[in-house]
Amino acid sequence: MSPTTAGILFLGSLVLALALVYRPLGDYMYRAYSGTGHLRGERWIYRLVGVKPDAEQRWGVYARSVLAFSVVSLLFLYGLQRLQDRLLLSLGMDPVKPDQAWNTAVSFVTNTNWQSYSGESTMGHLVQMTGLAVQNFVSAAVGMAVAIALVRGFARTRTDQLGNFWVDLTRGTVRILLPIAFVAALILVSGGVVQNFWNPADHTVATIAGGQQAITGGPVASQEVIKELGTNGGGFYNANSAHPFENATAWTNWLEIFLILLIPFALTRTFGRMVGQVRQGYAIAAVMGVLALASISLTMLFQGIHHGTVPTAVGAATEGTETRFGVLNSAVFAASTTLTSTGAVNSFHDSYTSLGGMMTLFNMMLGEVAPGGVGAGLYGMLVLAVITVFVAGLMVGRTPEYLGKKIGSREIKFASLYFLITPILVLVGTGVAMATDSGRAGMLNSGPHGLSEVLYAFTSASNNNGSAFAGLTVNTVFYDTALGLCMAFGRFLPIIFVLALAGSLARQGQTPASEGTLPTHRPQFVGMVAGVTVVLVALTFLPALALGPLAEGIH
Amino acid sequence: MRMPSWIRQHLAAVRALLVFTVVCGIAYPLAVWAVAQVPGLNDRANGSIVKTADGRTAGSALIGQAFTDNNGDPLRQYFQSRPSAAGDGYDPTSTSASNLGPEDILDTLPVPGAKDEEDNPDEGRQSLLTQVCERSKAVGELEGVSGARPYCTPDGVGAVLKVFGARAADGSVPKPTRVVSANQGCPAQPFLGTYLGVRVECAKPGEDLAAGLTVPIRGNAPATPKVPADAVTASGSGLDPHISPEYARLQAPRVAKARGVPVAQVLAAIKHNETGRALGFMGEPAVNVLRLNLALDKTHPYRG
Repeated sequence: MSPTTAGILFLGSLVLALALVYRPLGDYMYRAYSGTGHLRGERWIYRLVGVKPDAEQRWGVYARSVLAFSVVSLLFLYGLQRLQDRLLLSLGMDPVKPDQAWNTAVSFVTNTNWQSYSGESTMGHLVQMTGLAVQNFVSAAVGMAVAIALVRGFARTRTDQLGNFWVDLTRGTVRILLPIAFVAALILVSGGVVQNFWNPADHTVATIAGGQQAITGGPVASQEVIKELGTNGGGFYNANSAHPFENATAWTNWLEIFLILLIPFALTRTFGRMVGQVRQGYAIAAVMGVLALASISLTMLFQGIHHGTVPTAVGAATEGTETRFGVLNSAVFAASTTLTSTGAVNSFHDSYTSLGGMMTLFNMMLGEVAPGGVGAGLYGMLVLAVITVFVAGLMVGRTPEYLGKKIGSREIKFASLYFLITPILVLVGTGVAMATDSGRAGMLNSGPHGLSEVLYAFTSASNNNGSAFAGLTVNTVFYDTALGLCMAFGRFLPIIFVLALAGSLARQGQTPASEGTLPTHRPQFVGMVAGVTVVLVALTFLPALALGPLAEGIH
Repeated sequence: MRMPSWIRQHLAAVRALLVFTVVCGIAYPLAVWAVAQVPGLNDRANGSIVKTADGRTAGSALIGQAFTDNNGDPLRQYFQSRPSAAGDGYDPTSTSASNLGPEDILDTLPVPGAKDEEDNPDEGRQSLLTQVCERSKAVGELEGVSGARPYCTPDGVGAVLKVFGARAADGSVPKPTRVVSANQGCPAQPFLGTYLGVRVECAKPGEDLAAGLTVPIRGNAPATPKVPADAVTASGSGLDPHISPEYARLQAPRVAKARGVPVAQVLAAIKHNETGRALGFMGEPAVNVLRLNLALDKTHPYRG
C-alpha cells in the first residue's frame, strides 16, 4: 500500500469512528447535563463543596463562579510549583521560577497548556499529577459547562436561570471525562505508554554502546489521555506526543487524535438534543466537519509534496517527525491539534513546510471552532452562527433570528466583542514583540520564519491552543508575562461575553418561525457559516500571514 | 452572620479544587497505575525494558539510543539510529526536535580565533540545510554509496549563493557584480565555477552577506537520493527508536562485514525486527534499532 493510500485510510477511519460514537456520546452528555438526579458520589462532592445542587444561577453568578474557581486554581497551581522542592515526588527539581510558574499556572487553568518549561527537567511528579493533570480535567469541564450554559440560553425562555456551575463542573468531570480517561489510559498503557512513579536517577541504564541513558518514567498514561480528551495539550515531556513514552505506536497515535476530536464533535449532538432539534446540531457539526476536513487534507497535501529548499534536499518533510508515524499521520495530528484548542504535538510544526506550517497557524486563527476545544469550540461556533444570521438578516432586511431567539443589538454586541478579542490580542501582542528587543531576541530562525514563530506564539496563546513553533525561546520574563496575559484575556473575556449572551437569550420568549426566518439546518446555512468564518479570519490575519509563512513559502 | 456572597463563592471554589485534586490528581492516576500493574500490562507501564543476552538491562525498546563511540563516530558493528536533537543525542532528560525551519539554509561560519561569551572557540551555526548535507555525505561514505542530495555541495554543506548587484523588478539579480558561496568558508573550493558569468567566491568567515540575494542551487542530484530521508533528519522527540526499512537495508552490508556474517542473515534479522503499518494502514513501516542490534549481538556477536 502506498503511503498516500494509507494516509487517506487513516483519515477515513478517524471520520468513521467519530461518526459512530457521535450519537451515543452526544446523547450521553445530554443526559449527563440535563438529568435532575445526582449520583451518590456527586452528592458527597456537593456537600464537601458546600453548594445546593438544585439551586440554579443567573448569568452573572455563573460567570463569577467560573472566575472564582479559576482564580483559586491559578493561585494553587502557582504555589504548588513554587514550593515543589519541599513536597513529595519532586525528583529533586528546583522551585519553578516566578514568571514561568505564573505562565504555566495561567496556561493550564485556561485550557491552553502552552509550555515555556521542559517537563522532564522542570516538573516533579507531584506537580504534574496534582497540579497540571487536575487542571487538564477541570479546565476542560469549565469549557464544557460554559458551552452548556449558552445552549440553555437558546433552549430556555423567559428565565434568568442558566444552571448551576458547580453541578455542571462536577458532572462534566465525573460523568464524562473521568470514565473515558480511565479506560483510554489503560489502552494507552497496553500500547507502551508508561505509568509509574520512577525517579529517573534510579533508572539510568548502560546502553550497549557503552553510554548512559536515564529512563524517564512517570504517571504519563493518566495524564496523556486527559491532555488529549480535554483538548489541553500539555506534554508530560518536552517532546510532547512525539515522545515514545507518551505516544508509543502508530495506533496509539490514531487513538490520541480520536480522543482530541471526540468531545468537541459530539457536543454538537448534545446541543441539538438540548434545543430540541437534532438537525440544528448536525448543521453545526457539518460546518466544523467541512472546515476540518478541508484543513486536514490541505495540511497532508502540503506536507506530502514537501515544497521548499530543505524538504526538497531531504526528499520528504521528515524533519521533526517520528518514523513510526510518518509524515502524513503526523500532518493529521498537527491539523487536529490546531483545529481544536489542544496544542499537543506529535511532530514539530516549526520544521514543517512553509505552507504546511501556515495551515497549523491558520487553523488556530479560525478561532478554535472547527471543532475547537471541548466546550469552547461549541460556544465559539454558536457565536459565529449568531454573526452569520445577523449578516444574512442585514442582506435581506429582516430581523435576524437563531433557534427562535431574536438577535438584537444587545446580542450582536456580545457576539462581536467575543470575536474581536483574539485578533486584538494576537496582532497587538505580535506587534509589541517585534517592536521590542526582548521580543525579537527569542527567535531561533531568521527572516519571515522568525516572524512566523512570534505570530504563532501569540496566536496559540490568545486562542488557548498551546502548540508552538518551538524554536522560539519563550522562557523569558517578556514572553512568560505577555503570553500569560494573552492566555488569561483570551480565555476569560470570551467566557464572560458568552455567558452574558446566554443570559440575554434566556430572558427572551420563543419567536415562532415564519416564512421570513432563515432556516439554520440546511446546507445553505452550513456554507454561510463556514464562509463567514473563513472570510472573517482572512480579513483579519491575511496581512500577517503574508509577511510570515506566505512570504517564505511562495517565491 | 452571613458571609458576603463573593467570599462564599471563593470558599466553595477552594473546596471544589481540593476535592477534584484528590479525585483527579491522586485517586485517578493511582487507580490507573494499580490496574496497569497486572501481568501483561506491567512491563509496558514500566517502560518496555529490554535486556542483553547476558541479562543486563539494555534500555527501553521504545527509547532510541546512540550506537557511537566516545568520539561520536558510528560503531560499524551496529545499526545506526537517526540524528537526534535531544541534548547531545538520545538524552531522555532533554527531549527535543531541532525546530529549524524549511528555509533555514544559511550558515554562520565560525571565525577562526574568535571566542563566544563563555570564552569557548566560536563554532558558528550550521543551518538545517548544511546539517542535512553533512549527514548525507557522512552516511554515504560510511555505507559506500553516493551521499549526493539536491541543494548540497560535494563537500557536504548547503549549496547556497549570495548574489550581489542591482535588483530587477521581480527581485532577481540579472547582472551580478559579485557572487559568494555562502556556506563554503575560505579556502574551500566553491561548488560552482561561475554564476551568470561571474566567478563564484568562497565565503570569508565573519563577513556580513545579508545584502546579497539568497539563491539556493538545486544541482543535478536525484530527487530520491541513495541515503534515505530519515537518515538525514532529526526526529520530533530526539528519541526515535526506529529507522525506515530502507535505511536499515542500506546499513546491512557494513554491519554484516563488521560482524563477519553473510548479508542475507543480517537482512533476515532486519525483516524479523521490522513492524509494518498497524492494521495495515496506520503509521509507516519501521525497524526498531535497539532490538535489531540486540538480536544481532545474540546471534552473531561482534568479535572486534
